[in-house]
Amino acid sequence: MKAFDHVTAASTREAVELLSSAAPDGARLIAGGTDLLTLMKADLIAPPRLIDLKPASELRYLRFDDAGALHIGALTTLADLERHPEVAQRLPVLPQSVRDAATPQLRALATVGGNLLQRPRCWYYRGDALCWLKGGSACFARDGQNKYHAILDHSPCVAVHPSDLAPALLALDAELVIHGPGGARVLPVESFFAAPTDQERVEYRLAADEVLAEITVPRQPEGARGAYLKVMDRQAWAFALVSAAAQVALRDGRIEHVRLVLGGVANVPQRIRAVEDLLTGQELTPKLAEQAAERAVAGAKPLAHNAYKVPLARELARRALLAATGLMV
Amino acid sequence: MPDSMPALPATPDEATRQTRIRLTINDTPHDLSIAPRRTLLEVLREDLSLTGAKPGCEMGNCGACTVLLDGEAVYSCLVLAIECPGHTITTIEGLTRDGQLHPIQDTFVQYDALQCGFCTPGQVLALKSLLDRNPHPTDDEIDRGMAGNICRCGAYPKIRAAARALARQQP
Repeated sequence: MKAFDHVTAASTREAVELLSSAAPDGARLIAGGTDLLTLMKADLIAPPRLIDLKPASELRYLRFDDAGALHIGALTTLADLERHPEVAQRLPVLPQSVRDAATPQLRALATVGGNLLQRPRCWYYRGDALCWLKGGSACFARDGQNKYHAILDHSPCVAVHPSDLAPALLALDAELVIHGPGGARVLPVESFFAAPTDQERVEYRLAADEVLAEITVPRQPEGARGAYLKVMDRQAWAFALVSAAAQVALRDGRIEHVRLVLGGVANVPQRIRAVEDLLTGQELTPKLAEQAAERAVAGAKPLAHNAYKVPLARELARRALLAATGLMV
Repeated sequence: MPDSMPALPATPDEATRQTRIRLTINDTPHDLSIAPRRTLLEVLREDLSLTGAKPGCEMGNCGACTVLLDGEAVYSCLVLAIECPGHTITTIEGLTRDGQLHPIQDTFVQYDALQCGFCTPGQVLALKSLLDRNPHPTDDEIDRGMAGNICRCGAYPKIRAAARALARQQP
């Protein structure tokens, strides 16, 4: 790890000021540090200054407002989210997604904000190779070892997003509150994520002087239920091969509201609108769930070593829809 | 921007400058002078000769460096020492009292829950963090709570047996 200067921010406002006054690539925020420090130890990034955001305790909270929306301060740890009784009762898909993420030691430090900003685990990106995502000219996974990579072709990079929480937040229509020098902006979490492009080789869109401050989960439709399913190479401490988050609300036995999100299939979590369109207004039968799952993977283009992800994604989509509808536990 | 904001980026001098901090480890305060980039694991081992926390992968993947930070098990290889003042740090050295092993350590011995012992300090502290929060974990909760510590000797069945015995014994 290269040497760096270390300062603290006692508030969101101070963090924005410190970031704004830094040279380009001159400073990075550190919260839990569980991803940032691995990037720095591997010399993937070498910020000359770290700004510790943890003293900004105003950013660590979990509360439901009177309208039923959940407000999650960006410094809330994954452990906080996992253990919160009211969240478990009202939005069980959130603790479901978090409890199989990483390990207890990592969840104790890792923050919800940092979880959304973590970088891919692709071995070419994390290793010594100067891959496209790091500014090189080619993605080595595309024709190389791509067992864990994308089955949807959205970018020159085929790494998948590592977050378990992100698909769940997409399924809940979560929004992000981002503070910058000009004030705060609010955007859907789905728009925050974007496949890396030549101009922006990163999986999110956040300016260098902005601070991700809050994740807001709106009140869910009456009777909505969720499910988060994750397949791993082993039963613990692994990133998802494929994950599926579903949130469904029924009215008179028919689907009034449905979200289906797949993780582990593309650069960023994918909300599958074609499935939502197919299901809305319908009564979910096992047969229809199968059709929906088939549609969920209709655009898949697997690479040489990851064709197994297609049936995996199809089956997880089917099970998540059934589980969220109460047809399968 | 206020005029008083410091000029950035940091100069090399700022980055390598030693910062004076006070860490409270095993109930004992230690005054130290460290560079910002040093991890808690490095400072424990190199500056304080508390070598119970082990450097394994040093990337948050193995659990050998586990210590308790405010009672929560964390990987000390992924914690900057400069961010630890004001927090309570417990290492394996802090578990013994008057030369007596902690009950978790005793139970590890009783159940032969180790072979080479390299991962053991981390295993013991991960289990302590779990039991302090949840004195009677279910078998599933034990497996989940201990998922962050790798044992390359494969002593898992005996570690699990020790943990289950403790989960039953605790008052």
